Amino acid sequence: MAGGGIRPLAGEQERGSLVVMVALCVRYLPVLIMLALWELAGRSGLVSQQMLPGIGAIASAFLDLLSSGELIMNAWRSLSRAAAGLGLAVMIGMTVGLLMATRPLFRTLINPLVRILYPMPKSALIPLVMIWFGLGDASKIFLIFLGCLLPVIVSAYNGARGVNPFLIWSATSLGASQDEVLREIILPAALPDILAGCRTALAFSFILMVSSEFVIAKDGLGFLIGSLGDGGNYPAMFAVILTVAGTGFVADRLFGSFVSHRLRWKEQA
Amino acid sequence: MSTLSPAYNRDRLLQALVLAGLALVWEASSRAGWVHPFLLPPLSDVLTRLLTDMQSGAVFVDLALTLYRALTGFAIAAVLAVPLGILMARRRGVQWFFDPLISIGFPMPKIAFVPIFILWFDIYDTSKVIMITFSCFFPIVTATYSGTSHIDKWPLWSARALGASEGELLREIILPLASPSILTGLQIALPVGMITTIVTEMLMGGSGVGGAMIAAGRFADSVGVFAGIIEIAILGMVVIRGLDWLRARMLVWHPENRAH
Repeated sequence: MAGGGIRPLAGEQERGSLVVMVALCVRYLPVLIMLALWELAGRSGLVSQQMLPGIGAIASAFLDLLSSGELIMNAWRSLSRAAAGLGLAVMIGMTVGLLMATRPLFRTLINPLVRILYPMPKSALIPLVMIWFGLGDASKIFLIFLGCLLPVIVSAYNGARGVNPFLIWSATSLGASQDEVLREIILPAALPDILAGCRTALAFSFILMVSSEFVIAKDGLGFLIGSLGDGGNYPAMFAVILTVAGTGFVADRLFGSFVSHRLRWKEQA
Repeated sequence: MSTLSPAYNRDRLLQALVLAGLALVWEASSRAGWVHPFLLPPLSDVLTRLLTDMQSGAVFVDLALTLYRALTGFAIAAVLAVPLGILMARRRGVQWFFDPLISIGFPMPKIAFVPIFILWFDIYDTSKVIMITFSCFFPIVTATYSGTSHIDKWPLWSARALGASEGELLREIILPLASPSILTGLQIALPVGMITTIVTEMLMGGSGVGGAMIAAGRFADSVGVFAGIIEIAILGMVVIRGLDWLRARMLVWHPENRAH
């Protein structure tokens, strides 16, 4: 059957690293094919080098940006803003979501706001944060915070609401206080949902970081991309874009392996 | 919970009161001068602006342009991604080629590629729609692929044993059983598409709500900015509710829609 595929037997993995290497090459061969097509398109003159710089040109532009410190400085500015916004959103969002699930009055008060803000495309707030906080760090941190907050609130709320009530009743009847119930029962049970929400928030933080820097910024990766593009330095522009894309990819993968490590107690579905 | 229970009605009323209270606080705080009216213009001014823009038709032109771009990009992404996701789950060759590419592309912040699309396709609707398609494509193909490859094997085997052709299998078994996942993919992609639409409009101009808002922001017209935020909030809610409604309609048979 095509869907399930044929999985390698456990014994096959013991045949040494060579098999693993070959398997990796076969798996990522399509990526190499795409890169070769990219290079060929430029070399053959099918697409102008201006529109699609060769891989070599992009790599050397990347090394130049790296050695001049420009890339590192702007990446640091961008990533520290994203981390600040995301970190605040995770802390406050988790608290609000758990409180919504455990305190009915709190839910009634907050729910209307969540329902209005949740479906709203957060990039629409870029001009607003520009008016409120100007062009500096605060505007971007606030935007990233707001964008990441809603997925965390909703996932913490849903996760905490889905906790099996028998567990809570048992703990309470065994004399657990409200705090203990929250810490020992609700939080662990809601953790898979919360972490999934944080992963969504991580993706949003990158999207909002880059788009806010495209529109309003004096530094950061998005600003660097824009200014390189305006200057017509396309190999460098491609290099920074690929750096942003790669950083987003690596951040997601790192978070993913953190999640599977953290949730290793959970039965695999 | 029954929708007619008194507790539910009381909740509804309280929530409406909360919203009304917030609107009052908003209006009062700028009228009384607690907050500078440039930072938070009175709600009544914002609503008046919305009303005049509605009478002149400007709102509807912007909303229609934004909606047209978002839905076109979203629809093209769906038309490309759903068949590809199903093919990936059914044909090993397709899966081999696309799986690494998509698993690399899925977590990337696609919005960073906007300047490349501007370079290739200029700043008009073509590049906006392509950018929206690009950002919606990955969530849809990933959800479709995962939904289709996790279909229970028994209905497939039964249908095949009863002599179903590949086309019948697709229509009668695969599509219905994968549709919850496919719809989930669409529900993830749509908000991403809306975000992308607004950002591309802000960067490339050419009207639309995003373009109008960034223009208002540049001219320090904070009433215009708030009017734009309300327009986009309503548009986002309508589009997302619309897709929720579509899901409930299409999955009437599914246990998720049984009355609670």
